[in-house]
Amino acid sequence: MSKHTLSVLVENTPGILARIAALFSRRGFNIDSLAVGTTEHPDISRITIVVTVEDLPLEQVTKQLNKLVNVLKIVELEPGAAVQRELVLVKVRADNETRSQIVEIVQLFRAKTVDVSPEAVTVEATGSSDKLEAMLKMLEPFGIKELVQSGTIAIGRGARSITDRSLRALDRSA
Amino acid sequence: MTEQAPGAHHPQPRPRSSAQPASPVEHVTGAQALIRSLEEVGADTVFGIPGGAILPAYDPLMDSSRVRHVLVRHEQGAGHAATGYAQATGKVGVCMATSGPGATNLVTPLADAHLDSVPLVAITGQVATHLIGTDGFQEADIVGISMPITKHNFLVKNADDIPKTIAEAFHIAATGRPGPVLVDIAKDALQAPTTFSWPPALDLPGYRPVTKPHAKQIREAARLITQAKRPVLYVGGGVLKARATAELKVLAELTGAPVTTTLMALGAFPDSHPQHVGMPGMHGSVTAVAALQKADLLVALGARFDDRVTGRLDSFAPGAKIVHADVDPAEIGKNRAADVPIVGDAREVIADLVQAVQREHSEGGTGEAARSKYAAWWRDLNRWRETYPLGYDQPADGSLAPQQVIERIGRLAPEGTIFAAGVGQHQMWAAHFIDHDKPATWLNSGGAGTMGYAVPAAMGAQAGRPDRTVWAIDGDGCFQMTNQELTTCALNDIPIKVAIINNGALGMVRQWQTLFYNQRYSHTVLHNGPKDGIAVDGKSSGGTRVPDFVKLAESMGCVAMRCESPDELDKVIEEANAINDRPVVIDFIVHEDAMVWPMVAAGTSNDEVMAARGVRPDFGDLDEG
Repeated sequence: MSKHTLSVLVENTPGILARIAALFSRRGFNIDSLAVGTTEHPDISRITIVVTVEDLPLEQVTKQLNKLVNVLKIVELEPGAAVQRELVLVKVRADNETRSQIVEIVQLFRAKTVDVSPEAVTVEATGSSDKLEAMLKMLEPFGIKELVQSGTIAIGRGARSITDRSLRALDRSA
Repeated sequence: MTEQAPGAHHPQPRPRSSAQPASPVEHVTGAQALIRSLEEVGADTVFGIPGGAILPAYDPLMDSSRVRHVLVRHEQGAGHAATGYAQATGKVGVCMATSGPGATNLVTPLADAHLDSVPLVAITGQVATHLIGTDGFQEADIVGISMPITKHNFLVKNADDIPKTIAEAFHIAATGRPGPVLVDIAKDALQAPTTFSWPPALDLPGYRPVTKPHAKQIREAARLITQAKRPVLYVGGGVLKARATAELKVLAELTGAPVTTTLMALGAFPDSHPQHVGMPGMHGSVTAVAALQKADLLVALGARFDDRVTGRLDSFAPGAKIVHADVDPAEIGKNRAADVPIVGDAREVIADLVQAVQREHSEGGTGEAARSKYAAWWRDLNRWRETYPLGYDQPADGSLAPQQVIERIGRLAPEGTIFAAGVGQHQMWAAHFIDHDKPATWLNSGGAGTMGYAVPAAMGAQAGRPDRTVWAIDGDGCFQMTNQELTTCALNDIPIKVAIINNGALGMVRQWQTLFYNQRYSHTVLHNGPKDGIAVDGKSSGGTRVPDFVKLAESMGCVAMRCESPDELDKVIEEANAINDRPVVIDFIVHEDAMVWPMVAAGTSNDEVMAARGVRPDFGDLDEG
């Protein structure tokens, strides 16, 4: 089993997320992470899905996704050829004694302290899931009061854009 | 007589880029726009029931001279009728229902059409937009409910979107791999003023079905076909949907390979053709099952390696390379990895294969030489065919054999008769003992196995093909699920014929109880006979005859007859065939212990096919043990 990151371009229509989520659950595919957002084109949304599957089921995932009428394009982003990022916001227990140690860890990981109160420090960090995992491991001994994490978003390296051709298709039909 | 399925595709609305001039703009309501759209798209028959939310649409429907509405008695009947209509005519079937329970009653036929890839458009009324999401009266989220059982669905909240959405729905339903599309329209959108102009522009940037097969893959497939020693053409329903039966015959005769047609493909290749080896699968012919198991090449055409065909997948066709052609790329490699995957419309694929095989023959020697390579294969196939033909025993007590009833109906049927079967033993016997020689004459619920399919599907087929005789072959269990549509038939001049193969039991389930549950007949006896379905004095218990199907059918305006003995069989069938002004129902009281053979028990390998109870065919591999 290996991790795969799929970038799925979809028409920005109501219910599209439900269609995709329902497809995954119906076909028995597990989603590790999911992130949805707009693109440079207002009619197109981009969904980044991380799945852990064998190669053959992955082919089924993409083929079944492609059958959804509102799905425009699916691209698998290879880890080496793409930038992948997650965002984490974490509230760490802190007092006068530990605060400076926490801030030091935050700096080491090039994260940011976004909120400070007498009992806690809130840290914002972006990066690959490995980096974030490493940081959280360092912060854990201080006591994590609350944690929220985004799904992975990813974009291919280089000048090429995966939205170009889909935009052209959209223009043609409009 | 053409080999192609009859009927023309509906006129296709064109994308905006094409230069077809749009019709003058008409000022109408959303409901009028809906009916005008149905007229323009070529929907001549709609099966449905009105209700609150869809009511605005029924008003202009009353005035339409181009759309015939058939008022059914249950929305499930509307859905299956639309399916039967589509399967018999090749056109998109249309059904209509109101919101809430009206819409949810369409769930079963939608799921059925989805699994059998039937082009269907279901139009449902939805509560007004301001009520959506409030648990309003008769509100159900039918778009959410039907998402996994439709090819696509739409919620329309704006009257201006109605023509475009209807055009898109018909386009999606009919193209690529066909399937059901649901259009849910809010009541206020039906009532609002809007404009109508045809054709609207289609806006489906994400929908691009591939129909033209890849030339390289075709060449590779042709090479494998000419090199194979034991090939089988494994033909599925896609060949019928692509109207590729004429092309298939050419390919089969060119290659000389045996052909097996699945339950969904009966009629795609004539049963009477010497190269036809029967139906594969759980209740397939021994020859077809063995052919797949012993083959060195399967050429799957519009088939999907369903578990009812493959049995245990890991021991299915162990020695075969796979050429898999399907219009749906997701089917290829889903269950069985393909050595040569071909995405394309079956008609184009087969036509291209014919040319490629001809080229292979002319390059690598004569066609005859290539064909004679299959001689040893045909010796095996013919031996199995002769040793294990389909057959049945006459009941010792002189009662009717269900197989004989179905066989005689098939033999006495006029040319071009359409058969619609329910689900169960009678369905399998109808698959076996009717000669399926023409496309679009065999309708059944293959993928979903929907009991109750036969009567409404036959109704739809008859409405679409009034020129044909339509026989529903139904079981007494199935019949009790949807027989109310006989009233619809009687009142709407839809003179179908129904054969109830009445064994007083849920026969297929009972067969499994006989074979796998120590003959404990838990809740499969429908008519409680003198001793709960157990034969008394060697005679089948006729049961209490509750309900009395003859009286029931008569009360619904049908001619009804009962037949209990082989002597009366031909007479009642001929009598039924002679009636063309009313529906006819014949209650055939048949022996309850008849079983469907051959059989591959669920979850076992196709190698374990049993020709009859306790009879494992000898494929030449038994001597070793």
